[in-house]
Amino acid sequence: MRGALLPSQLRAITSTRSGALTIFIVRRILWMIPILFFVILITFTLMHLAPGSPWDKAGGRQLSDTVINNLNIRYGLNKPVAQQFLLYIWSVVHFDFGLSYQYQNKTVSGLLLESWPYTATIGLLAFLLIIPVGVGLGVLAALRQNTRIDYITMGFATVAASFPNFVIGALMVVVLSVLAYKATGGNFYLPAAGFGIDDSLIMPVVTLALLPIAYTARLTRASTLDTIRQDFVRTAWAKGLPERLVVIRHILKNSLIPVVTTLGPTFAFLVTGSVIVETVFSIPGIGRAFVVAIESRDYPMILGTTVLFSLVIAVANLVVDVAYVFIDPRVRLT
Amino acid sequence: MAQTLLQVEDLHTQFYTSRGVVRAVDGVTLHVDAGETVGVVGESGCGKTMTALSILRLVPDPGRITSGRILFAGKNVTKMTDDEIRDFRGNDVAMIFQDPMTSLNPVTKIGSQIEEAMTAHQRFTQTLARGRVVELLKRVRVPAAESRVKDYPHQFSGGMRQRAMIAMGLSNEPSLLIADEPTTALDVTVQAQIIQLMKQLNRELGTAMMLITHNMALVASLCQRIIVMYAGRIVEEGPVDQIFKSPQHPYTWSLLRSVPRVDEARKERLVSIRGLPPDLLNPPPGCKFHPRCPFVIDKCKVDPEPNLGEVDVNQVARCWVLMRNVKDESLEAAKTSALSKEAAEKLKAPVAEVGGGAGG
Repeated sequence: MRGALLPSQLRAITSTRSGALTIFIVRRILWMIPILFFVILITFTLMHLAPGSPWDKAGGRQLSDTVINNLNIRYGLNKPVAQQFLLYIWSVVHFDFGLSYQYQNKTVSGLLLESWPYTATIGLLAFLLIIPVGVGLGVLAALRQNTRIDYITMGFATVAASFPNFVIGALMVVVLSVLAYKATGGNFYLPAAGFGIDDSLIMPVVTLALLPIAYTARLTRASTLDTIRQDFVRTAWAKGLPERLVVIRHILKNSLIPVVTTLGPTFAFLVTGSVIVETVFSIPGIGRAFVVAIESRDYPMILGTTVLFSLVIAVANLVVDVAYVFIDPRVRLT
Repeated sequence: MAQTLLQVEDLHTQFYTSRGVVRAVDGVTLHVDAGETVGVVGESGCGKTMTALSILRLVPDPGRITSGRILFAGKNVTKMTDDEIRDFRGNDVAMIFQDPMTSLNPVTKIGSQIEEAMTAHQRFTQTLARGRVVELLKRVRVPAAESRVKDYPHQFSGGMRQRAMIAMGLSNEPSLLIADEPTTALDVTVQAQIIQLMKQLNRELGTAMMLITHNMALVASLCQRIIVMYAGRIVEEGPVDQIFKSPQHPYTWSLLRSVPRVDEARKERLVSIRGLPPDLLNPPPGCKFHPRCPFVIDKCKVDPEPNLGEVDVNQVARCWVLMRNVKDESLEAAKTSALSKEAAEKLKAPVAEVGGGAGG
């Protein structure tokens, strides 16, 4: 029986907390396989149901039937759809996401690797901005409820949540790039485009982060206010603990649990890119690439991007679930 | 005469709500002597808990102590600075709350929660405090204390959690322990254990106790003195035996009549008090108990309540009538008329209903 786990051995492993955690993670990772399969199936079906073909706009003119026929043969689109699907799954299993239809001789993996780093950098930076700013503002507003600090913070959050980010992005470009350039004679301004690791990142990151910051701040405030009124917080005060300990050990340790839950999806949302932000700041990121791929019916590119996004979301949720085990002792691994 | 530990003088705690001012505590004067156990009784919403929270200056928003003095061992609690009040809480006076299910932090280990109560006051170093946690849990009879310090509250049963709360309260050896309905959330067998435990701790450690409850049985078994509160004021006060034997305020009398007693003849009926405590936003004129009082006279409806007057040795009451002046026939009448219609109907039925404890 070497190699296989006996039920008794399995029980021995799951009886320890770290063992249970390992099994939990392994199981969740295995679950990703059927999830990805269905994601591909649904995307594939929808894609083929959508009107139009990849060659409608190719080269900017109507192609002749012969050319279209040859292209279909070259990319295997003449085969029955079911067979195409199975072939695609087969190649995905071999980590081959195929060739893009729009760009000659470019692999989907190559295109994703080109564009995703830009998106991921901006998304990651925005995420790193959200945690201290969003959570910080929320906690501050809750602890100073009904004071000026609370009103200003929540006013800011409401405004930030109401403005669409193309407005905020465009506004920032006008004010911080154009007007600032004119006013200072070109000495101080923020670049509105460009994609190095430099100050050209500031505006896109802020634009992208503003909405999640507002949501995180509001959620944190609500959750913290709820916790402040709990009996155990009164117990903590009655013990004579200093305010700092009451806030950190008793209020925040509890009130931030729901906030952590939302950080997983927020992270996934940020690193999968925003077409609007990428368009406003001319970033060659994955958000734009995805939209272009859909417009031109670049089937492999659409599928490849979808697979990547689902993986990111699944992993982000897994990380949150594992984090839960450490921050909330009541969570049981099942 | 024992030394006075806590002296509360003319305490007023008010809540400023959008609908008006609520006088939750309306001129309460009381004292607790060193080592003594005092019971504060009354229905829900009579200001018992607010009195206790006022003593620790933990009145929740939008409430405020508006006037009065709280003296603890000569120190004026109402005038303490933030640092002083912080060191006073949990150190001089500890409080145990009603619901052990929600009064412990769910994401922190029991041991750490008891430990931090000690380290907050610099009486114990961290190492010393850690060692003491096990000792305290053993003292409140938590089995396998050594391993249970690492447990979280959700791994404890209700009774065990209340023991942990008591251990926390005792950790700094306070001279006064305020227990706010410590047994209400527990089932009867566990209640008995907790009462036993508190009795023993009071005897062994000499900790004075202020027991807030609406459970007369609990007061009878634990306390030496009773303070009866109604609508934010003290209406009667005195030694336990005396109050149980001859209550002078009709409210005290009614409270006692609503509790089943083993030593009394079966023919005595349990009586519930008609109606509900008054809305403190809009208290009735005259004596606040008069709409519910079975012995009400015209004077009660108009004149403000009298001051607490001596009715016996060490016993005071705030009433125009006083039970000793009530005639026997009206007493008998009150015993039946105080029943609600439904309750009277039920009594006619063969099965007599007996509520557990004193309501609640």
